[in-house]
Amino acid sequence: MAAPESSAAAVPTLYTNNALRNAFGGVLAFFILLLIGVMAFSIRLFSVIKYESVIHEFDPYFNYRVTQFLAKNGIYEFWNWFDDRTWYPLGRVIGGTVYPGLTLTAGTIWWLLNSLNIPLSVETVCVFTAPIFSAFASWATYLLTKEVKGTGAGLTAAALLAMVPSYISRSVAGSYDNEAVAIFALIFTFYLYIKTLNTGSLFYATLNSIAYFYMVCSWGGYTFIINLIPMHVLLCIVTGRFSSRLYIAYAPLVVLGTLLAALVPVVGFNAVMTSEHFASFLVFIILHVVAFVYYIKGILTPKMFKVAVTLVVSVGLAVCCAVIAVLVALVASSPTKGWSGRSLSLLDPTYASKYIPIIASVSEHQPPTWPSYFMDINVLAFLVPAGIIACFSPLSDASSFVVLYIATSVYFSGVMVRLMLVFAPAACITSGIALSQAFDVFTRSIKFQLPGIASKAEVDAAETSSSTAEAQNDVVKAEKSEETSKNRPSKKSKKKEKEEKPLTKAKAEKKRLLALPLDSSVISLLLLILLGALYVVHCVWAAAEAYSAPSIVLTSRSHDGLHVFDDFREAYAWLRHNTDVDDKVASWWDYGYQTTAMANRTVIVDNNTWNNTHIATVGTAMSSPEKAAWEIFHSLDVKYVLVVFGGLVGYPSDDINKFLWMVRIGGGVFPHIKEPDYLRDGQYRIDSQATPTMLNCLMYKLSYYRFVETDGKAFDRVRQTEIGKKYFKLTHFEEVFTTHHWMVRIYKLKPPKNRIRGKTKKSKSKTSTTSSRAKRSGTGKKNPWH
Amino acid sequence: MEAPIRATGILGFTLFSLLFFVCRSSPLHNLFISNAERRIDVTSHIVKVYLTLKVENAGTTPTSEVLLAFPPTQVDHLATVEALVTKGKRKKTTLVRLDVKPTELPDAPNGAKYFTIYLANPLNSGESTTLEVLYLFTHSLEPFPAEIGQSESQLVHYRDSALILSPYHIKQQTTFIKTPSTKVESFTRVEPTNRAGTEIKYGPYEDRPPYSFSPILVHFENNSPFPVVEELVREVEISHWGNLQVTEQYTLVHGGARHKGVFSRVDYQSRPTLSGASSLQHLLARLPPRVHSVYYRDEIGNISSSHLRTDSRKSELEIEPRYPLFGGWKATFVIGYGLPLQDFLFESSDDRRYLNFTFGCPLLETVVDKLTVKVVLPEGSKDPSAVVPFPVDQHLETKYSYLDVVGRTVVVMEKKNLVPVQNSHFQVYYTFKPIFMLAEPLMLASAFFLFFVACVAYLHIDLSIRK
Repeated sequence: MAAPESSAAAVPTLYTNNALRNAFGGVLAFFILLLIGVMAFSIRLFSVIKYESVIHEFDPYFNYRVTQFLAKNGIYEFWNWFDDRTWYPLGRVIGGTVYPGLTLTAGTIWWLLNSLNIPLSVETVCVFTAPIFSAFASWATYLLTKEVKGTGAGLTAAALLAMVPSYISRSVAGSYDNEAVAIFALIFTFYLYIKTLNTGSLFYATLNSIAYFYMVCSWGGYTFIINLIPMHVLLCIVTGRFSSRLYIAYAPLVVLGTLLAALVPVVGFNAVMTSEHFASFLVFIILHVVAFVYYIKGILTPKMFKVAVTLVVSVGLAVCCAVIAVLVALVASSPTKGWSGRSLSLLDPTYASKYIPIIASVSEHQPPTWPSYFMDINVLAFLVPAGIIACFSPLSDASSFVVLYIATSVYFSGVMVRLMLVFAPAACITSGIALSQAFDVFTRSIKFQLPGIASKAEVDAAETSSSTAEAQNDVVKAEKSEETSKNRPSKKSKKKEKEEKPLTKAKAEKKRLLALPLDSSVISLLLLILLGALYVVHCVWAAAEAYSAPSIVLTSRSHDGLHVFDDFREAYAWLRHNTDVDDKVASWWDYGYQTTAMANRTVIVDNNTWNNTHIATVGTAMSSPEKAAWEIFHSLDVKYVLVVFGGLVGYPSDDINKFLWMVRIGGGVFPHIKEPDYLRDGQYRIDSQATPTMLNCLMYKLSYYRFVETDGKAFDRVRQTEIGKKYFKLTHFEEVFTTHHWMVRIYKLKPPKNRIRGKTKKSKSKTSTTSSRAKRSGTGKKNPWH
Repeated sequence: MEAPIRATGILGFTLFSLLFFVCRSSPLHNLFISNAERRIDVTSHIVKVYLTLKVENAGTTPTSEVLLAFPPTQVDHLATVEALVTKGKRKKTTLVRLDVKPTELPDAPNGAKYFTIYLANPLNSGESTTLEVLYLFTHSLEPFPAEIGQSESQLVHYRDSALILSPYHIKQQTTFIKTPSTKVESFTRVEPTNRAGTEIKYGPYEDRPPYSFSPILVHFENNSPFPVVEELVREVEISHWGNLQVTEQYTLVHGGARHKGVFSRVDYQSRPTLSGASSLQHLLARLPPRVHSVYYRDEIGNISSSHLRTDSRKSELEIEPRYPLFGGWKATFVIGYGLPLQDFLFESSDDRRYLNFTFGCPLLETVVDKLTVKVVLPEGSKDPSAVVPFPVDQHLETKYSYLDVVGRTVVVMEKKNLVPVQNSHFQVYYTFKPIFMLAEPLMLASAFFLFFVACVAYLHIDLSIRK
């Protein structure tokens, strides 16, 4: 598209020929992009095809519920929504504590479709939001990479991102979570930043702050943007790349972006108060100082300038020291130094496990293992270093940004497995650059080696400046012309333009000398294609097998066909239809969102985890003996207790396996719960070696109640052992529902006993005389604990 | 052991029956019933009564109306009344269906309700005819005890009269009650009464005057589940592109004895016959043949426990609720399926089209308390009218579906207390011009065309201020 400028001096026929070729390239690139979008969408539909169109996992259920509320009650009700069905009896202000980007996006799509009389349900819209936005994200990647290294790299990067497993894991159809739209917003914000940096246009700067606003609406990860961009600006300033374009790219973003971010209720004054945002303001000040210095330098003579510098530096330093001292004092006065827990655990990976067990207990907040890198980005891990090198030749503002992006995101992904998601786009961009550069080199070598084409190419290279001539690969051709035209302005070489013709001639000559041998380049090309094919195969496998399970319905393949475990929904449906609408259900917080969304019952704690004490109360109840637990639950007005038990079918992520976290979190607030009481010699076990505290706690009893009657031995298939205490009775709880595969068990609290003394005594004596088993339950009642 | 039950039953109805005995001999009735046999089937939760009446005209004028009487307590639960008459000689007998309509009589004793059977040929004096009457009661088995635990079996009360309530003199009558098993806790004796196997026989009783009544109470075990659909909304959407889409929304409840106390899965799985014998585990839906795209789901997603069997004559969908339904437990679900349009849509002689479809619930052995049938006609159809074989409430609605502009006319029919016997067909007539089928494709095409034109125009207009 920019080719006409470059070949303006060329012969008219050549000019039209070239323009036609470029137009063809443009159309081809457009269709490739379209196909990439289609692929990004359709590779995420495995979950719908293999399972069903259903919302996945935990958090998406909350988002789905919020979207339903939004669709039903409108935006104003949404902002004011106080949810009394969760965190009973505290409730939760949803409108002010939720990142509204995702729900507003899906709500808008739903509203738009319905006003066109396309009656899709809210659920359908929610399920397909993530795949749609992945297509958008791959297009945004194209735009971003195109700004950095040209069209070819852009298309490659877009294709890589469309199917990178790390991103697929968070955006399959049904995975209706913030990240689904946030990754698009992230990449698009970066694109607009680079675009502004390359053009210096205030229009793009404004768009950039709006995109940043959308990102703030969507995900807490926006702090990554507001720290990465200042870092890049600082880098540019330090390396002497300050320009007015940099100023335009950054200053409006900080001012407008911060103002807009403060509009989002969940962020509010955090946008100026918390430490996550300080870097941006600091760099903002530095940028202005530097801009001022450049301005002064422009109007003063060098001698005067030196005087001014000494003056300003001495005064300025004093002022700066004072300001920084005040800031440091302010920040230091807060216990967490103004950082939120999650950010702190990013800066100090050991922080969470030391102080906040709730954050540490979430599996996605753990550091990843090496295999997970291979699983999530596959061959990109090898291409990234090559891409970084390619970014350095030549290093422009844009490519330095990519280098910075990948460097920081590698660190963050190493701290938290969840942030692999931020790393994936950076990996795709750098690998896209690497791949396209490699293709470029190899195809060019082949081109110069093949005699017929070489002579023609020489003519072309000589006569039509730097736009490439013939190439076997059309994509490469389009990319080449684009790249050359893009690289020029980014090198900000108005002067160079004049010398271009001789220079490009020299360049062509140089390129010819750099050409690789024919056979090696052909082989390398084939190997590269093989590498790409491997990547595609891996991605499709990951999308189909690894990341498509909705986790609320499980399947297992055995010799007699597919077996479906739909126990969660069985239990939730039972709760929904057969309990009173205002009954409170207690369970570990993992199942809170699902219970409110699917069973429509009030829960005590949910996945929001905003109140540690409340969660600790439930944890304490679960780890207490029956009577104490009953008292805790009764004081919370709980009617039903729900536990997840995988021992019968071998479902590993059940409550017994999570139990130690309940003990830890409970013990963090209520010191009478001590973790060592539940461990035998530091080992967590439930067999006959288990401690009496463990065998008497509520979680053990509710999980294994009458379990021995299933097979006679009470063999737990998850722990691969026989349980320690097989025969016991429940005194304060009664089983009201157990699902088909025993995965969810629901108990009801028995009503409090009448307080007539004689009667209770009588019943007690009766139980103690009837049978030996009843005696055991009698002793269970007289627990030494309370 | 039957004494207390009998006592209460008799107390409750003494006055009622006495009144009948004293009741006046109605002048309009020259008819009398020479022989009546009644078979009451209480094996499922729908009580089926087969009544064979031999009616004789002893009067002088021919008559073509025969009255059936029901006590008011039974009328509320009466789902349907059908009457057949046998025609022809021994081997070539054919059954002819007769019209039955509810009738109000001004001098009905104790609020008795009537149904009139209209004979095809008037009954001349001295002639006799045999009528076969079938009527069904719903919600007539009252669980007693009303709440049972998981391992208890379900016992129910059935109340009726040993004598057939009739405005006519009955010369001889017998009543048989068929219970599902031999476990009968108690039954009222009205001599001669005897019990053999699963059958209790009352009678024969001779020469009972009109409105004779003798209340009986049978207490027996009935472990069949009582599936009751509290509300069913069937939506039938006609698309002239060749598909008939049916969506049925169920609210299902187990209408038997309420479940009390714990539900233990281990008992339920290891002793299925003893524990939860009356629980509702699966239902069978009989769908039309050539059914396709069947789904079975609820508000939280697909329910994976269902099987579809199709053959050329019918399709059977066996569904299991997410969890076994015990007494009082509820479940909601949706069944949807597509059908080929040509099997159900026809053109009538006056150039109108009509849909011919079943009215009732496709689930077998299920009582529907409230049924709403919605027929969504294609956009642009006019003059809808529905023909239903029994009285229903009707009104029209408008629905907006995919890309509708004016909306689709919806014919809504509502009926209460439905049993599977009433799965008769209904027709909806309407006029429709096929050109309307093209409205939406044309609309889409023009929208895309305009979009491309706008794109082309945008690319050719230079909007910049500076040249």
